[in-house]
Amino acid sequence: MTKDDGEMVEEQKKKPCRFWIWALSSVLFRLILISYAGNLNLSSRPEVSTPLTSIRRLAEGYWLKQASMSPYAGSMYHGSPLLLSLLGPLTVQRLVAETSSNDLKLCFNLVEFKKEDTLDVSGSKGNQVTSFADILSAILLRGIGKKLQMAYGLNARLLGLLKSPRDKGILPCGDIAALVYLWNPFTIVCCVGLSTSPIENLAVILALNGAVTRRVPLAAFGLVMATHLSLYPAILTIPVIFLLGYGLDAPPLKLFLQTRNVESGNRSSTSSASKQAKSKPTAQLPFLWKTVVHFVFWALVWSLCVMVLCRLSLSKHGGLEEMFKRTYGFILSIEDLSPNIGVFWYFFAEVFDFFRNFFLIVFHVNILFMLLPLAIRLKHRPCFLAFIYLAISSLLKSYPSVGDSALYLSLWALFVNELADMKFSFFLFCGYLGVSLLSPVMHNLWIWRGTGNANFYFGNAIGYACFQIVFVVESVSAMLNHDRALKKCNPNHQKVKN
Amino acid sequence: MARTVIPLLILQSFLLAIAFGSNEVEEEFSESLLLKPLPDRKVLAHFHFENRAPPSNSHGRHHHLFPKAISQLVQKFRVKEMELSFTQGRWNHEHWGGSDTLSSMNAKPVGVELWAVFDVPRSEVDTSWKNLTHALSGLFCASINFLESSTSYAAPTWGFGRSSDKLRYGSLPREAVCTENLTPWLKLLPCRDKDGISALMNRPSVYRGFYHSQRLHLSMVDSGMLLEQSLTVVLQPDTVYDGKDLQPSWSLSSLFGRKVVGKCVLAKSSNVYLQMEGLAHPEAHTLLKNEEFELSIKPDRTLRETSSVLFIFDIDKSSDSEPFDLSLTWKLPSKWSCQQAPLHASRFLMGSGNERGAIAILLKATESQDKLSGKDITNGGHCRVKANVFQIFPWYVKVYYHTLQIFVDQQQNTSSEVLKKINVSPSADKMSSGMMEMMLELPCEVKSVAISIEYDKGFLHIDEYPPDANQGFDIPSALISFPDHHASLDFKEELSTLPLLSKFKDKSLVRSYTEVLLVPLTTPDFSMPYNVITITCTVFALYFGSLLNALRRRIGEEERFLKSKGKKTGGLKQLLSRFTAKIRGRPVESPSSEPTAAAQSSVLSSKLLFKIILVAGVAAAWQYFSTDK
Repeated sequence: MTKDDGEMVEEQKKKPCRFWIWALSSVLFRLILISYAGNLNLSSRPEVSTPLTSIRRLAEGYWLKQASMSPYAGSMYHGSPLLLSLLGPLTVQRLVAETSSNDLKLCFNLVEFKKEDTLDVSGSKGNQVTSFADILSAILLRGIGKKLQMAYGLNARLLGLLKSPRDKGILPCGDIAALVYLWNPFTIVCCVGLSTSPIENLAVILALNGAVTRRVPLAAFGLVMATHLSLYPAILTIPVIFLLGYGLDAPPLKLFLQTRNVESGNRSSTSSASKQAKSKPTAQLPFLWKTVVHFVFWALVWSLCVMVLCRLSLSKHGGLEEMFKRTYGFILSIEDLSPNIGVFWYFFAEVFDFFRNFFLIVFHVNILFMLLPLAIRLKHRPCFLAFIYLAISSLLKSYPSVGDSALYLSLWALFVNELADMKFSFFLFCGYLGVSLLSPVMHNLWIWRGTGNANFYFGNAIGYACFQIVFVVESVSAMLNHDRALKKCNPNHQKVKN
Repeated sequence: MARTVIPLLILQSFLLAIAFGSNEVEEEFSESLLLKPLPDRKVLAHFHFENRAPPSNSHGRHHHLFPKAISQLVQKFRVKEMELSFTQGRWNHEHWGGSDTLSSMNAKPVGVELWAVFDVPRSEVDTSWKNLTHALSGLFCASINFLESSTSYAAPTWGFGRSSDKLRYGSLPREAVCTENLTPWLKLLPCRDKDGISALMNRPSVYRGFYHSQRLHLSMVDSGMLLEQSLTVVLQPDTVYDGKDLQPSWSLSSLFGRKVVGKCVLAKSSNVYLQMEGLAHPEAHTLLKNEEFELSIKPDRTLRETSSVLFIFDIDKSSDSEPFDLSLTWKLPSKWSCQQAPLHASRFLMGSGNERGAIAILLKATESQDKLSGKDITNGGHCRVKANVFQIFPWYVKVYYHTLQIFVDQQQNTSSEVLKKINVSPSADKMSSGMMEMMLELPCEVKSVAISIEYDKGFLHIDEYPPDANQGFDIPSALISFPDHHASLDFKEELSTLPLLSKFKDKSLVRSYTEVLLVPLTTPDFSMPYNVITITCTVFALYFGSLLNALRRRIGEEERFLKSKGKKTGGLKQLLSRFTAKIRGRPVESPSSEPTAAAQSSVLSSKLLFKIILVAGVAAAWQYFSTDK
């Protein structure tokens, strides 16, 4: 253990400087972009701001609340009332008593006037919040990555795959994931475009970090907040419980048992994983019920807190029932048909009314159907399971944005060691690049120029969905192949020993 | 004619007296026509018919003159007040007047506008409104029933100028108004268009005009029901341009192609008025013999008002042989301007593209001389003009109320300075339309006020688009009213006997409607539903299938299976070879593998058999249970 720590510290000593330089430069890059935010006009891009994450809708909700109306009056705001109290004050326009010296073309300059005002004033403060959320997520991701990296090194040594004392072959996946998150154009766009998805992502990463570092209250808080903000992270309950119950990602237990049989227990117990593997000769990993019960307790406490706070802030405007109807109900019933990078908007704009409910059920159940098979097959890798769940939910979400892709792409980078020989990675990279370049073009052709029609943009969305599907399927099969490869390595190892 | 009419009238009044008792208030009908030359060489004709009925309980359900259809409406839906207008064309506030009674009452938004106040409990107002729209739709041959859906009407609180929580307001800007709406409207008149003033309504000449607005106003007053029907037409007299700047001369027959031959016998009074504005010498003695213009018929009375002169003609004297054909001949060029509202309102869209935009309402100060008359000195000595803005937004125009900005004299203004009161009810998608009421208080010396508000364009389901989806969608007119300004004609003589004049004497709110806006919305591809459904479902099938396949694949077992297959050289192949061998009658070449293959095939067949039985059982059970019900 001490040896491992020493190695890690040594490893870290080299990297941190470079990591922090890159992280700070990403923040600087954001700040530079923010000063051009008015020209980029990112906050109204359909890729960035969905009806759920749009800052303009949040500002409208805040305005309505200030005017002592329900923030959910009208169909503008569909987010959490807590987010409203947190971000709302930042969106208020300070009316600068600027005097337009040139007294001409009043009317046709109104729009330009306004844009500058809103984005200048609300932009700077809001961007600080989103940038802060981003950097915090990156740090938490780094924490997850370090734990995963340690676990990977440990397991590899336990299985005898890694003979050298210093794990040179292991990539620092925490740093990579954090930098992928910070430098992902999707994240940057979301941050500068002032959508609320950085905050949702932060909550998800908080939950994972808490589970990985076994801080149960933190995990529960992150999960409850993430679920409160965007519903879909509720499915992360399964991986978080696995993480708390079984521990970190590890190769299948069978391998350890085999190794133990071969090496006939002549090694002292060094780690918890090996301890578990050794103390129980049965093929059952101990499930830490106590921690899980602890987690459930904290989750209940936090959700009670959230409910009470929401209740208080909405006490005059319909209370919790209204909130659930306007947030979760809005997510589940796909009422808003404005275009986004998903496929549901066009599907439900075109589908016959008679079948609408049927397809709503089918598409939402599609997420749930896959939970169980994945959980059975990947229960030894709960972090990876969480990543796959997030990828699936961002694929089948009713209002997806690029912020969701930013999250699962950076989580993907946590598994660079395991997924090193993933197929189609270059193809997927080109696909993502192509889609993200084509999407604004198609949108422009359809909405602004009127030379294209909706099918252009929908085709793009279909392409994006296909790439995501290939990505998910390939990640899963690469991970399963990795486990198989371990299994294959192991008998060889065994033979050599014999 | 006159000889036959008088005995008839006597008989009638006699019958009435028998029927209702002599001291009862009788139903009354009166007709009048107001003619007014407009500064831009046009002529305004305003037909006004008034029908009074005593409270319905005094007569039961019988009516003598009052239209039964309307009284049934009142009884059934408990309408307290209602106004329905059909309009085509836009009222020109600059040339036709903005602050006189005529324009504030009769300048209506394009299409159909309906508002009604009900006398029912608040919870039943909406159902009453819905039923009323259907009834009116049938009555007037118009698609007023579209106002039934909650996305097309609103409940104004104070911005409409009438504060009642039982008021509903809706308008249909796209409704085409034509003769099929006029005919049922005329049916409500006792004489229809057969006799009296309404005989002038020759359809081609009425609909040839620049503006026509047919209005029906029903109100419950102390003395019963009051039904006012008015038709306002702006016509262009046919003239040849003679080089001089003379106003066109006209006569009733040249304007309408018809003449008035006697009054409607059922009418209590039947008058024609001629209102002349901006006369050089509005003294009474110069009026009748002047060098400016000449009238063909000598007016029965002349009334003077502050800025105009009113000539009153009785048409009782006209007959078949001597029809009433008033004509006006100008002799000298004459120029005048109309009274304007304190601010002239216009509205437009800003932005391009189909994603978002902004609506701007521009209020420009007019050259109105009587702006000061409506000023409110109470406010610390500052002269202030109050303006109420009332605006309905359909739900597919998703307005961001927090982007509301007010520019006073091209400078952005903090809202609290000029915006005294605002009431907003945001629109809910596919549920209700949005409404915005604002009260502005502006300094009198203001030159222009611009109000802008941003919106996102909604995306609709394909069934929600009208057949001509690419034409765009209409945003109903905004209503700008000036609560401190009241339009009324101030006659020096006391004349309350004539219904139109007593109406003009009443103070009415100065109001003006803005343009209807046409918002183009993005359309999906209407021919795509099947393609979209199949493509999307294919993509999700791909997801489900490939992921499940990746999960259940076990490469180790597959390899083992392949190896064992390699040993056996394939079961199917062997079977085939056995078959061929049997057919040929030769012994099988590899008898060693026969028993295993047979065993396998038997296992296979038993499994297959089991599956088939299972499926059949399920099918039978399903059939049984489904037919049972």
